[in-house]
Amino acid sequence: MKKHSVARATALAAFTALVLSACSTGADGGAGASGDCEPAGEPVTLTFTSWLPGVEEAVAIWNEENPDIQVEVQTGPNGNSGTYQNFFNQLEAGNAPDLGQIEFDALPNFRVQDGLANIAACEGVADAESTFIDWTWSQVTFGEEDSVYAIPQDIGPEALYYRADLFEEAGIAVPTTWEEYRTAAEQIRALGGYITNFSQGDVNAFAGLVWQNGGQWFANDGEAWDVTLDSPESIEVAEYWQGLIEDDLVATYPTFTDEWNNGANSGELWSWVSAVWGANTVISGAPDQAGNWAVAPMPQWEAGASAAGNWGGSTTAVFSGGENTYEAAQFALWLNTDPEALASMNATANIYPATVDGGELEAFQGGLDYFGGQAIYEVFAEAGANVNPDFVWGPTMTQTYNDVADGFSAALSGDGTLMDALLAGQEATIAALQAQAIPVQE
Amino acid sequence: MTATIERKPSKRRASAPRGPRESLVSRTMAMAVMGIASLYFLVPLWWLFVSATKTRSDFTTTAPLWFADFALFDNIGALFAYRDGVFLRWLGNSALYAGAGALIATLLAAMAGYAMAKYTFRGRELLFNIVLGGVLVPATALALPLFLLFSQIEATNTFWSVFLPSLVSPFGVYLSRIFAAASVPDELIEAARIDGAGEVRTFFTVGTRLMAPALVTIFLFQFVAIWNNFFLPLIMLRDEELFPVTLGLFVWNSQVSQIPDIRALVIVGALLSIIPLIIAFLSLQRFWQSGLANGGLK
Repeated sequence: MKKHSVARATALAAFTALVLSACSTGADGGAGASGDCEPAGEPVTLTFTSWLPGVEEAVAIWNEENPDIQVEVQTGPNGNSGTYQNFFNQLEAGNAPDLGQIEFDALPNFRVQDGLANIAACEGVADAESTFIDWTWSQVTFGEEDSVYAIPQDIGPEALYYRADLFEEAGIAVPTTWEEYRTAAEQIRALGGYITNFSQGDVNAFAGLVWQNGGQWFANDGEAWDVTLDSPESIEVAEYWQGLIEDDLVATYPTFTDEWNNGANSGELWSWVSAVWGANTVISGAPDQAGNWAVAPMPQWEAGASAAGNWGGSTTAVFSGGENTYEAAQFALWLNTDPEALASMNATANIYPATVDGGELEAFQGGLDYFGGQAIYEVFAEAGANVNPDFVWGPTMTQTYNDVADGFSAALSGDGTLMDALLAGQEATIAALQAQAIPVQE
Repeated sequence: MTATIERKPSKRRASAPRGPRESLVSRTMAMAVMGIASLYFLVPLWWLFVSATKTRSDFTTTAPLWFADFALFDNIGALFAYRDGVFLRWLGNSALYAGAGALIATLLAAMAGYAMAKYTFRGRELLFNIVLGGVLVPATALALPLFLLFSQIEATNTFWSVFLPSLVSPFGVYLSRIFAAASVPDELIEAARIDGAGEVRTFFTVGTRLMAPALVTIFLFQFVAIWNNFFLPLIMLRDEELFPVTLGLFVWNSQVSQIPDIRALVIVGALLSIIPLIIAFLSLQRFWQSGLANGGLK
């Protein structure tokens, strides 16, 4: 019953998004030109919407130290479950909070709708570039000069979680390339297991694989969007997984469900390419396998390479139209760089910081018992530095995800292929951009 | 929820047949269909109950439809302890939104329906048709316009932004009018007037008593509608302290990828959150059901 109403709500929300954006796009660049970012000169109270569990604790540290800039935390469900739509509604109604948590893949959507303030001119912001991992900084600047639209918060560099005990027992080497991964998949299938699971729903996980392969889904030359879901790298990844699916070498459970957890816990699923936050998912989903899982770098397309993908991650953005851009920028910067704040958010919400030194938090030092004592965060720290900085998200990611997921779902039931799904997603995305009067390259 | 609600009356009809006797075959068929339907609707509830009694690790590792170590009370303890017991606050909020909201909505609907049934005034039918039109507009479609309206008066993210819209029930007005017309005789109102009662007093002493079964129905409908209303609070509220339990659980559920452990809390919370609805139905159902039937016979 609840599910039903959520679906209806989402459908409605999607529709209103289209209507709202159709009348608000076009006036690009109006959001706070850089050059003016002055303190208010009086005590201010900022509102900050985030869905990080326990972010209040980090904010309390700031409030203690900054009596003149108090921050009030507001909360909601994670972005795609309603908070983004709320942000758009609030922007439309003129009562958006001062700051909001926005994931990397949703940032362009807010940018094209003039929802973000350019905080490049605010004290300390431009200088913070070197504090953050390269690719996260290019995500928040959109590659433009004198532009910073958000402060990176956390990232999801990817690696390979695998069952060290099973691989060893079966005498199969842990794959370092995708070719070896396929060979291992065949050997594991012969033993009755699956090397991994391919989920129809996690299109952003698939995007992480394309990202690793140096592929692009979007590009923006400053005037128009180029949509390239069908880029050669993207198609290569799709063909690879299509092959695994057709030969029944991977399971196809929906991820994050009980049956999928069960697969990981029972020994049916042998590995999972996932982000740094996936460690908690594995620990809580496969409690019987403590000591048996381990982490290795992602398999590579070329032997000896060290490219990594990224899955997830957020930023703290300052919304346009607010009066306290300076103070908001200072808080956003502090929240995502101060070691105490980062440690607090890691403790309450398991975030992995987007800063260059992110891996140096105490929580990431030493071995984890669950992973047989392995210091798994060293692997992720290295992966974080090896993520391709040029990947760009499009302004209609929710729609793109939905359309591609529909195609993936069809492909898993034998109707079409993953490549078809990408091509269909490509067309649907171009149509969606045009429907919102966002220019598309021909 | 609605599932368990709807099942009850039909079962009753099947087990206490009136009128001509049905053939054995059709009775067996009907029973079979009912049985399958009940199973279909009860299994999720059973799953919810069983899951809520499990420890975190048993949850993924044991059979989903049967018990493992019984940890229900530990889970409930953890639920009420998490984030300083905010869940209890959500339950209280839901009770307030739904309880007070349904009470006032029922009163308003009763007065409006009674007035439309018992007084003739210009524009009565037009007014009634507009109310009927209101029945057709889903609450979801009104949420966004309401948000924009409340934004104008800077009243979003307040108790009132969720409470006020819950006070109107077009369906309640409709039901009140029909029921008042059928069950409140004009002669009684006349008699009350002759005895010297004012219109308001007549309504409260004569009208509401005769309309009681309909009022219980309206209250119940509105109570469930507000308790289950999720979209309006989602759009209006930012402050965790104001959340009703539906929105609170939804927010937690969306954080599962960050903190997988929350999953167990969401399940126990879901179980607790439906108990008030079950109580409301079981305690009020017999009353309105027999009342409606009697009203029809009189």
